[in-house]
Amino acid sequence: MNKIKYLLLRRFTQVGILILYFGANAYGWNILAGTFGSSLLFGTIPLADPYTTLQVLATGFVLGADVLLGAVIITFFYFIVGGRAFCSWVCPINMVTDLANWLRRKLKLDKDEVNYRFLKRNARYWIMVLGLIVSAVVGISAFEVLSPITIMQRGIIFGFGSGIAVVLAIFLFDVFGVKNGWCGHLCPLGASYSLIGKASVIRVEHDHEACTACMECKVVCPENHVLHMINKESIHVLDGECTNCGRCIDVCGDDALKFSIRNYLKK
Amino acid sequence: MATTLQSVGLTALGGLLWSGYTDEVKASPLVLRPPGAIKEDDFLTACIKCGLCAEACQNRETNLDKETGLAKEGTLKMAKGGDHKLIGTPYFIPTEVPCYMCEEIPCVPVCPSGALDQLSVSNDKGELDINKASMGLAVVHKESCIAYWGIQCDACYRACPLLGEAITIEMQRNERTGKHTFMLPIVHDDVCTGCGLCEIACVTEKPAIFVLPNEVSKGVAGDHYVKGWDKKDQDRVKNAKEIKTTTERSNKSSADYLNSGDLY
Repeated sequence: MNKIKYLLLRRFTQVGILILYFGANAYGWNILAGTFGSSLLFGTIPLADPYTTLQVLATGFVLGADVLLGAVIITFFYFIVGGRAFCSWVCPINMVTDLANWLRRKLKLDKDEVNYRFLKRNARYWIMVLGLIVSAVVGISAFEVLSPITIMQRGIIFGFGSGIAVVLAIFLFDVFGVKNGWCGHLCPLGASYSLIGKASVIRVEHDHEACTACMECKVVCPENHVLHMINKESIHVLDGECTNCGRCIDVCGDDALKFSIRNYLKK
Repeated sequence: MATTLQSVGLTALGGLLWSGYTDEVKASPLVLRPPGAIKEDDFLTACIKCGLCAEACQNRETNLDKETGLAKEGTLKMAKGGDHKLIGTPYFIPTEVPCYMCEEIPCVPVCPSGALDQLSVSNDKGELDINKASMGLAVVHKESCIAYWGIQCDACYRACPLLGEAITIEMQRNERTGKHTFMLPIVHDDVCTGCGLCEIACVTEKPAIFVLPNEVSKGVAGDHYVKGWDKKDQDRVKNAKEIKTTTERSNKSSADYLNSGDLY
């Protein structure tokens, strides 16, 4: 049970949040209504996605104060809990790509290490900036017209239509194309949360003394370059691309990894 | 160096494809938006696709089925893949579920982004007034409207929430029979809100009265036409200055036009 503690907790939050959103439309619940673009918590507190908000602002439209305040609240929240905690604890696409990753391992598609020359992990930052430029040029928020994240979320709340194809495409891309292709290389939303993550408070801490160098953590980590300190030094995982998913903590048999508050003073 | 150049180049390629796709998907002129929606172009920019309007519409108290007590399908739908409307934006189809023009307009105040403008559906006192909404304009296709055939039908007139204001019945003598009256539905665009209740009430196989978005259904005469008999319109040219334009006149044409041969 201890081996999948955080995995279960994450699935519980992911599914729970989707149920709350679904119930807001289907049964009129007043807990969490709207979609990730902009939501209403308990019918009063506005929430808004920072990257979506930036896209609309890039078009030159003067957004309502609710959205701006919501974006500030969300930015602050993820500053505390870890930027890409959104990716692994909230985003529904995470369940799709985690399933794809599991299937990849089962199908033994990861045997040969492949170097994707044109698809580096920093592609997402280029796409993130590009999304803002395209929004400014075309005049509508560019990522929102094809975002599999909100397409899947709206699909669950309001019905999928042919939008399910986008979700399926991501799944196929991640299984048969690039490992961690969507979340780890392309997603501009994840990139924007990475930026928040660079300064986040709650991070994974590595204890070099306890580590036996089994490297289980690096196998399960979807962004394993962030674990460069394993068996080297006792520091926090400070890379913004760490999603705080806690898989490494789950699989570690030596208690060498744990969540803790980051020490800002230590270099 | 080479990789940076490649990244820049590929980003430019991606940008072109992305812009092209985005520009195409926003072109859906035949779409009806919720009450208070700002101009379609701006609406597409402003809407943050949160769905709060559609949820408010779905869960309003008046949306309960009188017999079963369960919620019916709401008016506002959220565009999904395959709807051929900008994905994630709210719209409605009158023949499926028209807008029932709730007095409290639950869909508008919940909009966080400003895509639905509360002021545009408020009266001078600042109270919500759904009659100020302009979601579209009902248009009558005379050839399929049976009232224009001479058959008595006033379904649209009676279905209209602004009875006798948005649609009036104009009496006209039926010359064919010589003893009957045409009772013709006439839509008044300054009153019609585009709710679509007439469209769903219409008795013809495919409705002869239907709501079209304002951008599609309305013409524009142009600023240079001034209604001299309308004081407000005439005021537009109050401060206009006289501009003298002189066009050079051909001395020959008036004398020679009979000889030119292009009379017909």
